[in-house]
Amino acid sequence: MNDFISLNHGSGGKLTHELIEKVFVKRFAMSEPLTDSFIIKESGSTLALTTDSYVVDPLFFPGGNIGKLAICGTINDLAVSGADPRYIAVSFIIEEGFPMDDLVLIADSMAEEAAKAGVKIVTGDTKVVDKGKCDKLFITTSGIGFLNSEIENISTGKRIKPGDKLIINGPLGNHAIAILGARNNMAFRTTVTSDCSSLNHLIRKVLQNCKEILFMRDVTRGGLATVLNELAGMIRCGIIVNEATIPVDEQVRGLCEMLGFDPLFLANEGKVLMVASAGEENKVLEILRSDPLGRYSEVIGEIITDKKELVVLNTSAGGKRIIDMPAGIQLPRIC
Amino acid sequence: MKYIDEFRNKNLVTKLADQIHKSVIRDYTFMEVCGGHTSAIHRFGIPSLLPENIRLISGPGCPVCVTGTDFIDRAIAYSKMEDVIITTFGDLIKVPGSSSSLEKEKAAGANIRIVLSGLDALEIARLNSGKKIIFLGIGFETTAPGSAVTIKQAAKENINNFFLLSTHKLMPPAMEAIIKDGASLDGFICPGHVAAITGSSIFDFIPERYNLGCVVTGFEPADILQSILMLIKMVNQNTPKVEIQYNRAVTLCGNLIAQRCLSEVFETCDASWRGFGVIPLSGLKLRKDFERFDIEKILPLKIIFKEDNELCICGEILRGLKTPEDCPLFSEICFPENPLGACMVSNEGACNSWYKYRFVK
Repeated sequence: MNDFISLNHGSGGKLTHELIEKVFVKRFAMSEPLTDSFIIKESGSTLALTTDSYVVDPLFFPGGNIGKLAICGTINDLAVSGADPRYIAVSFIIEEGFPMDDLVLIADSMAEEAAKAGVKIVTGDTKVVDKGKCDKLFITTSGIGFLNSEIENISTGKRIKPGDKLIINGPLGNHAIAILGARNNMAFRTTVTSDCSSLNHLIRKVLQNCKEILFMRDVTRGGLATVLNELAGMIRCGIIVNEATIPVDEQVRGLCEMLGFDPLFLANEGKVLMVASAGEENKVLEILRSDPLGRYSEVIGEIITDKKELVVLNTSAGGKRIIDMPAGIQLPRIC
Repeated sequence: MKYIDEFRNKNLVTKLADQIHKSVIRDYTFMEVCGGHTSAIHRFGIPSLLPENIRLISGPGCPVCVTGTDFIDRAIAYSKMEDVIITTFGDLIKVPGSSSSLEKEKAAGANIRIVLSGLDALEIARLNSGKKIIFLGIGFETTAPGSAVTIKQAAKENINNFFLLSTHKLMPPAMEAIIKDGASLDGFICPGHVAAITGSSIFDFIPERYNLGCVVTGFEPADILQSILMLIKMVNQNTPKVEIQYNRAVTLCGNLIAQRCLSEVFETCDASWRGFGVIPLSGLKLRKDFERFDIEKILPLKIIFKEDNELCICGEILRGLKTPEDCPLFSEICFPENPLGACMVSNEGACNSWYKYRFVK
């Protein structure tokens, strides 16, 4: 490992995993598999607990802002764990000199998003630091949700078997490209907006109507490639994905071609990967597509038997290659 | 997407692959010179479509991969000076120098910024008049005209805090070095973007002097397969010549405006290539009229650099003598998170592409 923390340690890919394993997991004696929420079973009820921090730059971007992102992200971590998100705690670290109007705008959108999702923001903390000691505003959240005990193992995919189908609820990469565009230092403009949204209602609709959802994970930092590799390792199977069926918007595809980025590595903030039992995929697709947040859902691949636990892509052109976890942040190419 | 989807069309790709399977009558080794081709070949899973007797080997056309340790060390040394901002294309920041990389120096506090073009770097110079902005000029005939335009603009505006550290290189001398070095080849998949600037005629010496076929190739799967088919035919009929497959972008003469701009600002010089050593007249340095923008003239530096890890075979890979799988470090000690050689760093490096998109049958 490098001697200093580099930006790659925060990319969501291999170095992030290595950092968490080497520095935190051992010291905190964490023995459960690392999933989006921890499941607590105490005195009769089952709870899911999650936490996350938000450091997005810029704070305001097409499709949202850091506040909306914090609420959606927390809700999604709980929802993909099978929980019904209920309560959120939120902490703000604010840089001296931060405009009050911006803080109010951010708080407003947090309140709006929480109300839409049926979640209460119940406690929090505020710290202000000297100018230069943080970059404008950082937000940390924790969330609690109630869990239907039948699906408490959904994050670990224990029931998955070869033949089961992978489903994604819409096009990939919009959040990452919207953020890149909003940073304004790449000399391109796009009309791409972030997919930042709370998925709890959509997920509840699917779970209520289909008992054969075997796994869910929100596809955020590190992109679909990271989630697929984590899944393959966790269930000790291979995965085959068909590039032609993976939804990617035209503008995002175009910019990826230009910059040399892979849409499978790009971050999303309103996407969930589901695994459904073979034969159930069309039913799930129908439910997803009836909701605006799942209108462009697609079945993108399936679980296969493979001791090497590889994720293989059938390319649109008819070739085959593996999909690896991204090594670090993606960098624009030279030519 | 226009100019992309039609060249990734599965039916067309399958048809071309079938024709290749029907045309092979012996073993063939072709070198894709350009890193963009290496990356595309693996990203689209081209090896899985080819018969086993076609071997594709990667050449020296990934600009990051052929950048010497001394250049990185020099850039790092400048980055440590007072009031200097280093501006660079993103790929370069991970490349290991003797003991550090630009990425590590950035984490440790150096002012290093990623830009998409020299003109972005020039804008940084306009906004930071108290600082020296050094642009790391890297790349072949494709990117060098961009640096030339930037220098001309800086001269026109009389911007006196913008400088170039050039490691721009030329493709044909390296291709000739590979042939002379004894790589066993049956033809070249020639770089389409280089040829868009220079014209395809810069490769004419290869069939004339060395009896090897050249096809100037586009970057989509159908382009690459069609070029392989064209090369196979040349070998089968023993008719080596330069052909343009990428005719939607490349002509015989190329982009004359870019060529003029390039020769106005730069002149050829000897250049050091990772893996090759010094190749005569294979680099570009600023002409006397523009020397005031040459950071090595303005602030000369003496650096002492260490050679690469002695087990690293990047040099032999770049010269087409070995493939990444021949390397004892590949995927064991050297992988994208811990690159020991430059070929593992860049998206377009042979080792990086082999590792990331390991070919599946």
